[in-house]
Amino acid sequence: MSSLATSESAEQAPSLPGQPRRNPSRNNQPGKSPSSTAQSSPRRTRDNLNGWGFAAPFLAFFLVFLVWPLLYGLYMSLTGKSLTGANDSLIGLANYAEALADADMWHSLGNTLYFTVISTVPLVLVALVMAGLVNVGLPAQWLWRLSYFAPYLLASTVVSLFFSWMYNPQLGLINDALAKIGLPKVGWLNDPNVAMWAIVIATLWWTVGFNFLLYLAAMQNIPAQHYEAASLDGAGAWRQFFSITLPQLTPTTVMIVLLQILASLKIFDQVYQMTAGGPSGSTRPVVEYIFETGFTGYRLGYSAAISYIFFGLIVAVSVMQFFITRRRSA
Amino acid sequence: MATQTLTSPARSSTSAAKLRQPRKKMTAGKAAVLAVAAILAVLWLVPFAWATATAFKSEGDAAAPKISWIPPSGFTADAFVKVFQDGNIPLWTWNSLYTSAAITVITLAISALVAYALSRIDFRGKKVLMTVIIASIIIPPPVLIIPLFYQMVALHMIDTSWAIILPQVIHPAMVFVLKKFFDQIPRELEEAAVMDGASRMRIFTQIILPLSRPILAAVAIFVFISAWNNFLWPFISTNDGSILTLPVGLQTIKSAYGIQYAQNMASALLAALPLILVFLFFQRQIIKGVATTGLAGT
Repeated sequence: MSSLATSESAEQAPSLPGQPRRNPSRNNQPGKSPSSTAQSSPRRTRDNLNGWGFAAPFLAFFLVFLVWPLLYGLYMSLTGKSLTGANDSLIGLANYAEALADADMWHSLGNTLYFTVISTVPLVLVALVMAGLVNVGLPAQWLWRLSYFAPYLLASTVVSLFFSWMYNPQLGLINDALAKIGLPKVGWLNDPNVAMWAIVIATLWWTVGFNFLLYLAAMQNIPAQHYEAASLDGAGAWRQFFSITLPQLTPTTVMIVLLQILASLKIFDQVYQMTAGGPSGSTRPVVEYIFETGFTGYRLGYSAAISYIFFGLIVAVSVMQFFITRRRSA
Repeated sequence: MATQTLTSPARSSTSAAKLRQPRKKMTAGKAAVLAVAAILAVLWLVPFAWATATAFKSEGDAAAPKISWIPPSGFTADAFVKVFQDGNIPLWTWNSLYTSAAITVITLAISALVAYALSRIDFRGKKVLMTVIIASIIIPPPVLIIPLFYQMVALHMIDTSWAIILPQVIHPAMVFVLKKFFDQIPRELEEAAVMDGASRMRIFTQIILPLSRPILAAVAIFVFISAWNNFLWPFISTNDGSILTLPVGLQTIKSAYGIQYAQNMASALLAALPLILVFLFFQRQIIKGVATTGLAGT
């Protein structure tokens, strides 16, 4: 992952197998120029000081606002801590046991997974189509990029306001359009069978532009010679897309799918704002359940335990992805 | 690569023409592409258009059972006037602006410093530090909200802008974006300065940073947009109306205005305006910034 520091590649040479190491002492720090080996000890102290000095500001924030909350959250999950201050004592794994038997927790976790599954496919495919269309060489590139990408710049609240208005059962634009072509009205946000799809549509509109940009950037990096050679051979546009563009995009696609899954698992904003998790909990994602148990149910310890179950899920997915991508690149 | 045969002389001569003008080939196919792209673009612009149409209606027309793009009693800016008189949108915009700016500046500063150390200085424990920062990319922010909230209460920072700003300045992925860029800067550029006995800080500020403007801009854009639009953490850490950020403030408006549809859309549009305007002016930089940092994010 950390690659290609000029120093590191310079260091590779002396340690090649079969060659004697140039500095067998324990001072052969990577990245040192050969001239510095003689006076390495003071230099090394200076490097240590400098290194940690440069890292210190980041490290301070990192420890206080990331590592500490992470560890303290773990501790909290083992207590009965509540927002009202009662019962700070350790209760072991009781919160976890309760969570694992909590139907609402499983339901919210299920909603999160369901959303992730049904949103990832359109969020990747539509982005690919958009990028493919624009990359063909349409005129007025800025117009397409603006239309497809602009929603990504909106706050979730703005998106939710737009879509709640369009989804309005009586006054909404969408039901009006359905009525005009003779279809029945749909309770977009109040029908438990439809609400999650309504969220997916709003999310697609809102965030597909990000994936679109990543695809477009990757497509524009494909060398033009590939296409020139193919068209000399008589390959048409479709043939070129499937034989050149798609294979060249494979690493990008893998990356976008992984990023998208991790992003979808964290869904909260638009659900909370459009349906508040309803109707009857059918859209409530696990992040909202964490929020509710903690801040409206006042059960911080229990809420922390659910956070860690959710974290475990994310870690599991990430580890799976790590091995999948590693096998691909190997 | 796929079809090597079938290249009749006639064909290859037309292909040579294609090469000179790749844009002019296959007018029918291109028209189809244009049509599909246009349909998608229209679909993507409808929510903006409908919100705008609604925002310029009277509340009566907005809530009329018959849907109209052009309202019977004409367009009016009443909703915008009311929202402005309310005074909250400008205040929240300002709050969003300075908290996001502060987050961006602090993030850039601390990330560039640590990235420089990881890229150029050989210090004891560097590998461990690097591994810890890489591993932390995996941590989803929602997992931290409960302990962070508790921490902010303990620090008496709840309902201050510090509560919004401080926890948002850690972007481990951006550290690696910066480190990767620093890695590619040739060492020779620093050697003269090293010979002259320049300090690390001097090399960093006078050689590395000026050469890194493109990546610093890219990271800044990425961090700013995510801070500007963040909802969950500012929503949890603030209640005081005078320090709310735009996304959180809008959420309170939604319930306050209730069925005032025109006012709802007017405030949504006003909230959307700043970033859209910035995008129109800096389109290329923003697209490049999001594309570079977005993919390098993992």
